Amino acid sequence: MDRPQSHTIRDRAAIVGIGQTAFSKFSGVTEERQAAEAITAALDDAGLTLADVDGVARFDIENVNELQLVHGMGIPHLRFFAGVPSGGGAVAGTLVLAAMAVATGQANVVVCYRARNRGKQSSHGAKPLQGGRPWAKHAATLTDFYQYHVPFGLITPAQEMALIYRRHMHEFGTTTEHFGAVAVAQRAHAARNPRAVMRTPLSLADHQASRWIAEPLRMLDCCLETDGACAVIVTSAARARDCRQPPAYLLAGAQAEGPIHIRMADYLMHWQDHTAGAFVAEQLYGMAGVTARDVDAAMLFDHFAPAVILSLEDYGFCARGEGGPFVASGAHAWPHGSIPVNTHGGSLSEAYIHGYNHILEGVRQIRGTSSCQVENCEIVLVTSSNTDPTGGVLLRR
Amino acid sequence: MTPSIPTPVPNADNQGFWDACARGELCLQRCTACAAWRHPPRPMCPRCHSLASEWALASGRGVVHTFTIVHRPTLPAFEARLPYNVVVVRLDEGPLMVSNLLACRNDAIHIGMPVVVTFTPLTDTIALPQFRPQASP
Repeated sequence: MDRPQSHTIRDRAAIVGIGQTAFSKFSGVTEERQAAEAITAALDDAGLTLADVDGVARFDIENVNELQLVHGMGIPHLRFFAGVPSGGGAVAGTLVLAAMAVATGQANVVVCYRARNRGKQSSHGAKPLQGGRPWAKHAATLTDFYQYHVPFGLITPAQEMALIYRRHMHEFGTTTEHFGAVAVAQRAHAARNPRAVMRTPLSLADHQASRWIAEPLRMLDCCLETDGACAVIVTSAARARDCRQPPAYLLAGAQAEGPIHIRMADYLMHWQDHTAGAFVAEQLYGMAGVTARDVDAAMLFDHFAPAVILSLEDYGFCARGEGGPFVASGAHAWPHGSIPVNTHGGSLSEAYIHGYNHILEGVRQIRGTSSCQVENCEIVLVTSSNTDPTGGVLLRR
Repeated sequence: MTPSIPTPVPNADNQGFWDACARGELCLQRCTACAAWRHPPRPMCPRCHSLASEWALASGRGVVHTFTIVHRPTLPAFEARLPYNVVVVRLDEGPLMVSNLLACRNDAIHIGMPVVVTFTPLTDTIALPQFRPQASP
């Protein structure tokens, strides 16, 4: 597609601040408190203050909203606020929104964040998405698309994803040892990361011995359940150069869904060439004028270990169906792999902040401050959940 | 008391599907403009974009497209049957359907296995379309 460069978001915005709370299994504080901590930390990192903020981009299921930010934290006023749907599919989309806002002058400084109490003990309120497990809160009657799978006992994300990964195993010969190669490498990354919740080394044997959750998924294929918050500050490329930290420029950003996606089942019908992730990749690389070979590190949404295998295929790091052998070769493992993935430990071992901690690690790689730093890291891919309407961004130095 | 399974509440787009299930028939939505079958029910044909459709009797036959064996955690209503299977059936008419495979050991389930529909009442007005292995020829 021919488009004048100035009409895209390419290089027009940058992440200038990152902030987070401690990650834990039980924070003992509210999501609102965690959001406040992460946002102020991100502003401090950028050398900005709450008075500079005039925009917000967030997950639409985020519990901490604009009212709480303005009236609770004392942001003077907002002139841009927006949310991205689809849970973990929203990660990169929030950055796309923020970049669009600063590129068009709708906002100067946009805060993007995710605050989440999902540790088992965290029940601060009874909202469906607050604390605990959303799937455990189905009503006695089903009025939406849940009626086509919940009555059959297909309830949890792990169960839904298990269907997709089983089919991948059938079509391409992927094995549960391949899933384990993802979990083991990410734990090794987390072992070097003082922020990570799970740092005890993990072997493939440990993975294979862990209990079934929904075959072929084992417990060690599943992301953690974490309390914590992450925030990033996005501003224009011009303003970014005056901030405290080296900018991580948004080289490209995209969202995608399609062509058909009724929950997870239709994902299975089209994945050879039509996954939403592959469509994001096409847009990202087209906007940036790069290929997968130019990407130095990838922070891939990993609600379950095999999601990394599918994303490596979607984003062109290996051919469709070759993701299993690709991770078995160690291609995703820092420091020797060709494309180090989730160098912070990801959702499997650092924390599950709905994928938002992946953005922070992407920025650290660009700054050169990761605990698993990729040498001469110039371009980093960060993705949203690839089994939802999804998205991705390319960050550059 | 055993917690009950969450129960579908039919709406204007899928009443025909659930009514047929209650009669013991697998009826799928079929576009009256282009004849494409679809499931789950929805107002518009994603192929030709027609809003016109009918409830057409399906063969009730298909093959296992993928499956999982569910262990903990799950909803309390399903705990008594753990570990249980969930299958996605590729119906002979084309659409995929989430269901369960009855009368089959979990370790005997495999992709490509021919299956046929059977109905299990959930309430007076709702029956679930489940499947069992097709008899050997």
